[in-house]
Amino acid sequence: MSEDRREQKPFGGPGMGPGGRPGGGFGRGPMGGHGMGMPMEKAKNFKGTLKRLLGYLKSRRLRLLTVFIMAILSTVFSIVSPKIMGKATTKLFEGIMMKYRHVPGAKVDFDYIGQILVLLIGFYILSAIFSYLQQYIMAGVAQKTVYDIRNDVSKKLSRLPLKFFDSHVHGDILSRVTNDVDNISTTLQQSLTQLITSIVTIVGILIMMLTISPLMTLIALVTLPLSFLVTMVIAKRSQKYFADQQKNLGILNGHVEEMYTGHPIVKAFGREGEAIDKFNQINERLYAAGWKAQFVSGIIMPLISFISNVGYVFVSVIGGILVMKKRIEIGDVQAFIQYSRQFTWPIVQTANIANVIQSTVASAERVFELLDELEEIPDKEDAKLIGFPQGAVKFQNVNFGYKEDVTLIQDMNIDVKPGQTIAVVGPTGAGKTTLVNLLMRFYEINRGKITVDGVDIRDLKRGDLRTMFGMVLQDTWLFNGTIKDNIAYGRTGASEQDVIRAAKAAHADHFIRTLPEGYGTVLNEEASNISQGQKQLLTIARAILADPAILILDEATSNVDTRTELLIQKAMSTLMKGRTSFVIAHRLSTIRDADLILVMDHGSIIEMGNHNQLLARGGFYAELYNSQFTGGSLVLANFLDTSCIL
Amino acid sequence: MLKLFKYLKPFSQSVALVLVLVFFQSLADLYLPTLMSDIVDTGIVKGDTSYILRVGAFMLLVAAVSGLCLISASFLSAKVATGLGRNLRSLVFARVESYSQHEFDKLGTASLITRTTNDITQVQQVLIIMMRMMVGAPMMSIGGIIMAVSKDATLSLIFVVVLPVLAVVIFGIAGKGIPLFKAMQVKLDTLNRVLREGLTGIRVIRAFNRIDHEKERFTESNRDLTNTAIKVNIIMASLMPVMMVVMNLTTIAIVWFGGIRVNNGDIQVGDMMAFLQYAMQIMFSLVMVSFMFIMIPRAEASAMRINEVLDMIPEIKDAEEIKNPDSQRGFVEFKDVTFSYPGAEQPALKDVSFTASPGEVTALIGGTGSGKSTLINLIPRFYDIDSGSIFVDGVDVRKMSQANLRAKIGFVPQKAVLFTGTIAENIRYGKEDATDKEVEHVARIAQAIEFITSMTDGFNSVIAQGGANISGGQKQRLAIARALVRRPEIYVFDDTFSALDFKTDAQLRAALKKETADATVIIVAQRVSTVMNANRVIVMDDGRIVGMGTHRELLTTCEVYREIVSSQFSEEELA
Repeated sequence: MSEDRREQKPFGGPGMGPGGRPGGGFGRGPMGGHGMGMPMEKAKNFKGTLKRLLGYLKSRRLRLLTVFIMAILSTVFSIVSPKIMGKATTKLFEGIMMKYRHVPGAKVDFDYIGQILVLLIGFYILSAIFSYLQQYIMAGVAQKTVYDIRNDVSKKLSRLPLKFFDSHVHGDILSRVTNDVDNISTTLQQSLTQLITSIVTIVGILIMMLTISPLMTLIALVTLPLSFLVTMVIAKRSQKYFADQQKNLGILNGHVEEMYTGHPIVKAFGREGEAIDKFNQINERLYAAGWKAQFVSGIIMPLISFISNVGYVFVSVIGGILVMKKRIEIGDVQAFIQYSRQFTWPIVQTANIANVIQSTVASAERVFELLDELEEIPDKEDAKLIGFPQGAVKFQNVNFGYKEDVTLIQDMNIDVKPGQTIAVVGPTGAGKTTLVNLLMRFYEINRGKITVDGVDIRDLKRGDLRTMFGMVLQDTWLFNGTIKDNIAYGRTGASEQDVIRAAKAAHADHFIRTLPEGYGTVLNEEASNISQGQKQLLTIARAILADPAILILDEATSNVDTRTELLIQKAMSTLMKGRTSFVIAHRLSTIRDADLILVMDHGSIIEMGNHNQLLARGGFYAELYNSQFTGGSLVLANFLDTSCIL
Repeated sequence: MLKLFKYLKPFSQSVALVLVLVFFQSLADLYLPTLMSDIVDTGIVKGDTSYILRVGAFMLLVAAVSGLCLISASFLSAKVATGLGRNLRSLVFARVESYSQHEFDKLGTASLITRTTNDITQVQQVLIIMMRMMVGAPMMSIGGIIMAVSKDATLSLIFVVVLPVLAVVIFGIAGKGIPLFKAMQVKLDTLNRVLREGLTGIRVIRAFNRIDHEKERFTESNRDLTNTAIKVNIIMASLMPVMMVVMNLTTIAIVWFGGIRVNNGDIQVGDMMAFLQYAMQIMFSLVMVSFMFIMIPRAEASAMRINEVLDMIPEIKDAEEIKNPDSQRGFVEFKDVTFSYPGAEQPALKDVSFTASPGEVTALIGGTGSGKSTLINLIPRFYDIDSGSIFVDGVDVRKMSQANLRAKIGFVPQKAVLFTGTIAENIRYGKEDATDKEVEHVARIAQAIEFITSMTDGFNSVIAQGGANISGGQKQRLAIARALVRRPEIYVFDDTFSALDFKTDAQLRAALKKETADATVIIVAQRVSTVMNANRVIVMDDGRIVGMGTHRELLTTCEVYREIVSSQFSEEELA
């Protein structure tokens, strides 16, 4: 049904985006912030999303407040220092000047300078301590907030209907939980305090400058809007090139992905040269856009530093003249130089922070979108419980379709008695999973009702309903863990004895014991350390252990060698004994012996009845039967059909 | 990383120019404090306003030179870094295209894609940062030290104390933090894995009612990750404050000791002020250098992966003396072929011998891992064999040119791969100059005409990447059409019909029969019904041929074949 869509591309996996960030504190590197001028995704509802994101911080507002206070304190201490340092220089200069003019008894007042320096040491250390504390507390706040968001997503995923998973690419969901949440984490950890520090620094420096000399402040201020303007204008200009670069990178990645996944075809048809030509064309375009983007964004720093140098020159010259005219002191010039140097960086950061916040909110929005997806109808409060399930299943006037306007199943009525076998047949892709979806209530039916032992399945808790079912499907799902744990997955609290008994019944015990670690063998992520057939045996063992009243089985055993296939068949018949079974049937004997055959095509049930009834009808089933199976029986009766097709 | 620098060769002039420019820029930046100290020591002390203005104007000039140098350097480094990226990409892609299936298997498709795209981007990014900021840093610190020493060698002794302290602090903290970063990455991967398993296994999880268990598992690894992340951030949080303390204490020391030296008349106040600024520049440069140590290992991993690709020489190359087959057409012969996948203990094929001739259908059947697909992958020489020989048209495939060999073969893989482009373009992939009529003809034979014409743009309908907008069966039929349009001597179908429903399957095979009458056809099949009518059925088991003959012959002679048949037809059918 939706198997194709679920395939994950090797791309788009977590943390693999171009320039993928490892997340956490270090991610953004020395330049602080996303590559300057990178195109940002914009949030659709900026205000609402931001508010909601802040909601996560609400419970930590006290600590957040402490962080803010710490940030302010640390910045204040570091801002006051140059001015105090300037006092020491002034004192020194005064002493020297007096000596220079041969004032009698002139000497440098080292006591005073010493006092100031001791005071400064105190200030610097205080500033460092506050700055550390601020980061320390923020680490907890940021990471725990992100922890909460991740857990919320995980909880949400467990409440979403199957429909959601079938209609969304896994890579996309994964990327929301990893990349987007990571982005939020980095912003919380770094940019938030950076923003506060930057603003406090700018304001603080302004005040300090003003107290030194309003005239010189004015000069320094000329450079301020200039730096700001340059950053904004260039960032904007470079966005175009970055967008161009991103586009070409996307095309290039697409081409690479296609050519690599289709490598045997490229080779078989001798098209390597063509592939390389096309690649080089795209590569050339990428280069053209790429160097422009890099250059334009790269000149922000030189320009800012030029502007800052110009400011420096003016400060030195005018400061020098003012000192001469005794309007200010030499130490103030020194302080001023330090201030104007410190000024540039917070401005660049603030100019950039708008982008950071925008991308963070966009990320948050994607996460919240996930959190806002429509959930399953909750289980009923007064849900019924079937104590000893018998396995009677009834469909009454069931209507169902995946899309509103396309009805796949219309007025379906079946009545399955406990222990009966229902065979589901039809060509590949006929939509046999639909049945599983309805029985297990992965999807809601549109009309009618399905009952188990007379109880509407909507009156049961989903968990209880699903516990009554056992499922052995072709796409075996095993997780990264030991074989024992994988089998024990079928029943919470199963003992080792239970596991071994189930494995024996599933004819899996033998192969498990031949593995070096036996039941303790750890299956790797793709479970590629055991064969496909062995995986199926394990899933059967899991179902046996779960001991369900009703079974859903897929008989298909493609990719399995003949001997294992026999084992699987044996294990399946053991499993089916005494249970109501819905079998996606591939074996003629199963179909023939079934109490009811459901013939499916293109997602809907087109015929229903037992073998003889259906054959007599001469419809789809009869045709299917003849084409799939008769050929074989004829030959087996030593009747060789000489008109060979292929 | 260093190894990749050899690809900078074409840019050596630009790189040299960048170095020179950055050198001048560093000089200019260092010259500014010197000039300022002149303002203080000469201008202010002597009260010479015009001197101050003159020096000021000169300072502006120096600043402008510095800015110009930096911008030109930025221009060149952008060109160099993206140029290197472009060249590397081109090299890697061309190399990968020359790979045989063997090298592909070794590195893995997904990994190769990452290497060609993200890894190179990563290296390019780091190179830009290095050229833009880090090249200047060592120059700045060396220049700064020279200037400082020239101002006052005695006062420079402060650096002898401070610089090692700073280095110890940076490396101490980074040394503690970086392993934790790595641990964090591992934990992030674990969290992703848990999440991915939860997504792929959603049906099973819900069917077994283990939602809470999965939630617990996720929370567990989430907590684990969070704890490490907090630890990392706390350690890294100490870096900046500690560095600031060291720097600020340095300035205090300079003012104190500098003051004493000024008092003794060894230096002037302006010198001390300039000295302060040198100290700042040196220390900031050191911080930059330390970032280099953090950035480079990150690019290092990427660089290593790229080098691995570039160092891997494809095993399969055309022979020096190419031999072309004479008049024979469509003969395939395997002679005692043994083949093992690299690193495998057991050969995947053992002593396989058979011949297939034009007009014949050879079918391969057997369980998974029996070697069917391996066998047919050897015909177009996707792999080279260990021993024995494979002849096509009487010539050993290793002696033919790969292009010539593959031109003889129409290959239809198990999993149909289509490319972005129109349907017609996809079919023409088999033969570039195929006429519209030819394309339509093969589409008809491949039973694809019906769905193609039902699409709005017919043959010009665009197929999305990976053929996402058409069904598996449709893809398969287009793949067949693509092979047919070549009119090859040899057709190879790898379990091609499994995605088709039985009706289409039958029609297709009937149509194919006529089309391929003169060609050699080799098919891999799962269903007995597909192979029954072949001229020759080859039964594979565990890499060996365990039976060869017609269906009827095999029923009496081959145990494995009987087993396969009996597993597909129930007991009563056999009886």
